[in-house]
Amino acid sequence: MSYRTRTSWHKWINPLNLAVLAVVLFIVLPIYWLVISSFKTPVNVGSFPPQYFPNPVSFANYGSAFSHYGFGKYFVNSLTVTVLSTGLVLVIGSLAGYALARLPMRGKAPLLVTLLVISVFPEIAVVSPLYLLMNQIGWLNTYQALIVPYTAFNLPFAIWIMRNYFLGIPKEMEETSRIDGASAIRTYWSIILPQARPGIFTAGVFVFTACWTEFLMALTLDNSNGFRTIPVGIALFGSPNVVPYGTIFAASVIAVIPVGTLVFVFRKFVVSGLTAGAVKG
Amino acid sequence: MATIGMERINKVYMNGFHAVHDLSLTVDEGEFMVLVGPSGCGKTTVLRMIAGLEDISSGELRFGEKLVNNLEPKERDIAMVFQNYALYPHMTVAQNIAFSLKLRKMPKGEIRQKVEEAANILGLTEWLDRKPKELSGGQRQRVAMGRALVREPSVFLMDEPLSNLDAKLRVKMRTEVRRIQERLGVATVYVTHDQTEAMTMGDRVAVLKDGALLQVDTPQALYDRPVNQFVGAFIGSPAMNLYQAEMANRGRSLKLGSQVLTLPDTILVARPALSTYSGKQLTVGIRPEDLSARPHLSTSGNTLRCEITLVEALGSELMVHFTIDANLIQVEQVNSQEQDILSDKNEGVARLDPSVPVKAGDKLTLEVKLERLHFFDPTGNAIYD
Repeated sequence: MSYRTRTSWHKWINPLNLAVLAVVLFIVLPIYWLVISSFKTPVNVGSFPPQYFPNPVSFANYGSAFSHYGFGKYFVNSLTVTVLSTGLVLVIGSLAGYALARLPMRGKAPLLVTLLVISVFPEIAVVSPLYLLMNQIGWLNTYQALIVPYTAFNLPFAIWIMRNYFLGIPKEMEETSRIDGASAIRTYWSIILPQARPGIFTAGVFVFTACWTEFLMALTLDNSNGFRTIPVGIALFGSPNVVPYGTIFAASVIAVIPVGTLVFVFRKFVVSGLTAGAVKG
Repeated sequence: MATIGMERINKVYMNGFHAVHDLSLTVDEGEFMVLVGPSGCGKTTVLRMIAGLEDISSGELRFGEKLVNNLEPKERDIAMVFQNYALYPHMTVAQNIAFSLKLRKMPKGEIRQKVEEAANILGLTEWLDRKPKELSGGQRQRVAMGRALVREPSVFLMDEPLSNLDAKLRVKMRTEVRRIQERLGVATVYVTHDQTEAMTMGDRVAVLKDGALLQVDTPQALYDRPVNQFVGAFIGSPAMNLYQAEMANRGRSLKLGSQVLTLPDTILVARPALSTYSGKQLTVGIRPEDLSARPHLSTSGNTLRCEITLVEALGSELMVHFTIDANLIQVEQVNSQEQDILSDKNEGVARLDPSVPVKAGDKLTLEVKLERLHFFDPTGNAIYD
């Protein structure tokens, strides 16, 4: 029997690889279509047969997103709301997660289950009461109208992720630190947090993405032009008679960039953060 | 520097589990005290109470004259080495060693000097800028020791610090740990479940079982005069052979199954109580090293005839497993750990000279050093008077 050392192309073709290829195409093709269409001229967006590569390449859609539709403002709004919400979630959530992982506490299990239930609660059920509430306290069309609910809604999930990560850090770390003479806060800050970074980044990436793409609350609570976030902004592009597909594509591409960058930069942490506790080490 | 004084210390957990019973023990300045016992005996709990990581339910803990029951760990001026070392993974070796000094707000120059000095003693100089994950097990162990070393604590605590190392390194580190402890010269409590470690390292050894202190003494005294069956079986490797025996002839002969050992008068003079056991059952303990091979199959008052079931040749000595027709007594929590699964439950062990030509299946006559026998009453307590 002889062994082939060279991998030939037909060896590459097997059910597993084909399945992977199908999945990749399924995900990548729409993104490819989104990106290339954003560079097409308005006429070519809907042309038949479709253009697989924009010809001519046009940046007009990007220009019009900013100049005609105030996309810059939406971007700033989204960034403000998302960054502040994510920051709040991480600060509160990491402390809560640490407490739930470590402190002796009555009713810990029911609390954790409650958090889990809240985190899968459908948004649509609370939007109406939330609207009335915000209206009462005069928060409609403000940043905090989104920041506060975003923080609240993303906390449970973030607490769960971070708690699991804290659980994986050996208890002896805190004990050694206590013996070394560190206060509880110092131990948390200098010993625990640095080790929990992957978990915190993971939670951060997920919360950022969730806030960045949130639509329903943003539409209901912050619908004035000055506070509109990207998802709502893009949805309201154009007029009842004109749907500027090219501009929508261009704005979408820009909207994907922060999230994509974040995931790319922290991809290693995200994987390790999600599998925390599965393998000790 | 201080002594550690424990006075009737108890630990009862919230779920009602009574982990430590009325423990009283003093560790002198500079003394190396080993707490040894089977797993779950409460030895780590004791250590953690001394460290202040665990509340003391009742009793008094003093460092020197000072009552420390309610002091925080950092106020007790202790250093502790954990089984998994608990090195801070995001800090370099130097930062790990320096952390406690930094918290004390020691000037930077002084910290550096101390860290370098410790690294020098421990042979870690070239690793100071590495992270713990780049180090071998032995090096990590030494970093953990270094953290304790720079602090110059008044009490030094170690919780099974060698059990994560491989066998060879463990033996080497035993002497290193001892050397460092001598250099610190402070009261040290060392927890282990390994009796060899306890015997080789401790100035004194405290044997614990089920949360109670059974005996505390020098290693030699523990070996020579165990207070009960458990200590006798736990200390010494291989473990002492314990046989059910019957005293006869007013304490002059000892029946082991069908065989009889004739006890010399000296034993009865030393332990007159033995004569009161005439006609009664007791337990006799024979250490493997107190047995030797007789060249012929002749028998007399100090021999036992046995059948060999297994021979382990260790080069310098032979471990000969044998059976006799007396009942071997298993001591709970000792034999379950030490004996391998396949061995016959009724096997004794003798440590013989390697020149003895024996093999499994042979019949052999063993000579017993009668004056080295240990006697235990039916409740397991040793009979010394």
